[in-house]
Amino acid sequence: MARGGPIRRTRKGDFELRLPDGTRQLLANLVPQLRATLDVDEPSADPTLRRLFPTAYPDDPTQEAEYRSMVSDDLRRRRIDALDVVEATIDADRLDEAQLTAWMHTINDLRLVLGTLLDVSEDEPAEADPELADADARAIYQYLSYLLDVIVDALS
Amino acid sequence: MTAPQASTVPVEVDQPDLDDATEADRPWIVLVWNDPINLMSYVTFVFQKLFGYSLEKATELMLDVHHKGRAVVASGTRERCELDVFRLHEHGLWATMQHDR
Repeated sequence: MARGGPIRRTRKGDFELRLPDGTRQLLANLVPQLRATLDVDEPSADPTLRRLFPTAYPDDPTQEAEYRSMVSDDLRRRRIDALDVVEATIDADRLDEAQLTAWMHTINDLRLVLGTLLDVSEDEPAEADPELADADARAIYQYLSYLLDVIVDALS
Repeated sequence: MTAPQASTVPVEVDQPDLDDATEADRPWIVLVWNDPINLMSYVTFVFQKLFGYSLEKATELMLDVHHKGRAVVASGTRERCELDVFRLHEHGLWATMQHDR
């Protein structure tokens, strides 16, 4: 990341954020929506959340059921823990590595849900066609992809 | 951190025959599959972070996933592989496990 990038590592080892207010507002709007979808009895049964609770044993329903019963609660709890960190630091100008990692998790979780809803393909155009009915959601998805790339670059 | 506990998996009560014993001794592998959502940069980063791979090795595995549709990213005991799959799922990657063939 160039020195003038929106997220950069400082000499102390934490991270300086220079994000537009609109970015923080976007995340502040999306995070409660993701929380609401996770805050149900069996989030792993929701098809739109299938990428947050992937299948470990595609050819063995018995082992898959055992795996799910072991990990589903942990997978949900860790995602909600990350949402808590993002909400608590949504206006912060500095994040430590653990906090920025929570942002990374939440932003990718949002992309996974949004990408599933939009049924995105690998050769998605770089810019959303403004004529499409879901153009706004596609633009948000692409902005989140950019933001994730910036965070991964800063953490690398 | 907590992790999947293999000890909680119910044990088969049937007497194992020789084939079962051979089956159980075979190592397991962890596969990551191509998907249209996860970013190449993110997948490379996750491979480095979870498995301690070099940037070069992680990039090579990511490109295998991207071009060949899947890659074996780890192998070992069932317990070890289940923990790796869990950590990959925590990061939103499409990971599965199976006996090595």
